[in-house]
Amino acid sequence: MLDKALTGSKRYWTWIIILLGIIGAGVISYLRQFDYGLGVTGMSRDVSWGFYISQFTFLVGVAASAVMLVIPYYLHDYKKYGKIVILGEFLAIAAVTMCVLFIFVDLGQPMRVMNVILHPTPNSILFWDAMVLNGYLFINLIVGWVTLTSDRKGMPPPNWIKFFIYLSIPWAVSIHTVTAFLYAGLPGRHFWLTAVMAARFLASAFASGPALLILLCLIVRRVSKFDPGYEAIQSLGKTVTYAMFANVFLLGLEFFTAFYSQIPGHMHPFVYLYAGLEGHGKLVPLMWASSILAIVALIMLVNPNIRKKEGMLAFACVMVFISLWIDKGFGLVVGGFVPNMFERVTEYWPTLPETLITLGVWAIGFLILTVLYKIAIAIREQTASWPELH
Amino acid sequence: MSINRREFLKLAGTSTLIGLTGISAVEEILKGNAEASVLPSPAALTAKRWAMVIDINKIGTKEEYEKITQACHSIHNVPDIGNKKDEVKWIWQEDYEHSFPGISDEFVPDHIKHKPFLLLCNHCAKPPCVRVCPTKATFKRPDGIVVMDYHRCIGCRFCMAACPYGARSFNWRDPRPFVKETNPEFPTRTKGVVEKCTFCSERLAKGLKPACVEASNGALIFGDLEDPNSEVRKVLSTKYTLRRKPEIGTGPSVYYVIGGNEHAG
Repeated sequence: MLDKALTGSKRYWTWIIILLGIIGAGVISYLRQFDYGLGVTGMSRDVSWGFYISQFTFLVGVAASAVMLVIPYYLHDYKKYGKIVILGEFLAIAAVTMCVLFIFVDLGQPMRVMNVILHPTPNSILFWDAMVLNGYLFINLIVGWVTLTSDRKGMPPPNWIKFFIYLSIPWAVSIHTVTAFLYAGLPGRHFWLTAVMAARFLASAFASGPALLILLCLIVRRVSKFDPGYEAIQSLGKTVTYAMFANVFLLGLEFFTAFYSQIPGHMHPFVYLYAGLEGHGKLVPLMWASSILAIVALIMLVNPNIRKKEGMLAFACVMVFISLWIDKGFGLVVGGFVPNMFERVTEYWPTLPETLITLGVWAIGFLILTVLYKIAIAIREQTASWPELH
Repeated sequence: MSINRREFLKLAGTSTLIGLTGISAVEEILKGNAEASVLPSPAALTAKRWAMVIDINKIGTKEEYEKITQACHSIHNVPDIGNKKDEVKWIWQEDYEHSFPGISDEFVPDHIKHKPFLLLCNHCAKPPCVRVCPTKATFKRPDGIVVMDYHRCIGCRFCMAACPYGARSFNWRDPRPFVKETNPEFPTRTKGVVEKCTFCSERLAKGLKPACVEASNGALIFGDLEDPNSEVRKVLSTKYTLRRKPEIGTGPSVYYVIGGNEHAG
């Protein structure tokens, strides 16, 4: 099936070349980092995780969101998702690949990465995260590939694949829960030490992932003859709406606990992020942008008349995605480190090489996504005239 | 007595074989004596759980503080990179307020408020850094010391996120050009690994107390927390001490004598 990714329009190849260019810049920056060390980034003794780990965290959510298609389609027989469930699974593959790459570029000694396997350490959440992420990648590869191959042949998928499809549901929840546990079990990091961390991760995941999926569906419809379907996109819009409300609600709980209790350690990270602390406030404009985008998006999404207009839905989805990216793909990690263990403020901002490496990994993800979507779309275009399979 | 050519060859062959295969070594291993080669030297200082008491009243001048840090950093090849972002430190100064956030009071005697405290790895009873390390590169020894295997560390920095005491440093760049005088007795580190205080486990093995203790003129007391007759226990039973963030249950092994004795002032 891979051959289908090798033929395409001029526009397709231009997009591929742009991605390859960004990847090239990322690879060159990574070689510099590999040679010099992680000192090329903006990270420091006080803020020892930065952009890489926050991108990883955000993308685990995007990957987990495939389950928002799998559950309605396979458990509730919601047929409208039949055509696009593959888009969710392929998005998961691209997102998990990015996750793994972000962990890799964050390592100080990347050549020793296999030590995680050679010296398995079950008490480390990172060990479990590596296990569940690779498992999820494997499950989605096998499910996506087998179902698409069956579709191409005009056959229903083999029965044994059902096992992996059902397995993918709890597994999707597990990847984001385990990722939340990386943070939520650390004594002394007030911002992260919260029982709702995993719940909030899942809520934000089920908003950001489907929001991206809606945008991808609209792009797919524009660049190909394959139409994901108005109703499917609208249903995804409802998922985004509910999940985004849940996310904002859970964030509100965090604010209440911190500020009603008035415990300084709990308040300080929020004060730093949203108002600035001791004259330091690099993230303040971003966090407010995130909040405003979230509120405007919710006002648009909750109103069915606006949501039903695809252009407006797309606009709201862009806002949801950016809002959650700022919140989780930046603020969440930095807020855990500021103020530091001595209640002092050291700020963090990514450097140019760090940004280029980050963009490079995103570009690799989008390259994988493009190739996989190209294959899926080519097969969907072929089978568009065929009757429903399931 | 003379041996013929055939007998000579037999003898030579057998002894060569013994020499080559090292039968004596094999016998030693079978008898279980190989373990003996990693037993501590008789001179080594041992304990059930090592701990330190820092009496800040006994350290007066800034120079005395610097001498202690210098004693540690020089023998452990800790680089002096000269910027805060890349900083590596094992034992350093911090003021009262920031050493004890959450429990530091606003109204305390000036000599405490402005006195620097010495901070270092707390060698916790339940170290979060050990719990989170995905490769067992950082681990707790039976004597309570939390140490690092610099060759196994993958540089994920999970331990730095987990340490509630900010005791860990990462080598953001090659540290070797910033080590003024390399001590060949202790390994230098490479870029991309985490490091921290080891309670001088390498000195204890030779029967020496930690370098900071030796350089402190009695202000730093080192001993076995589980031995009621040890020096640290004697201090702990006579003077009121503080530990950093005891409420989070990590069980830090570094105690601070704050004040209220004849050395105050």
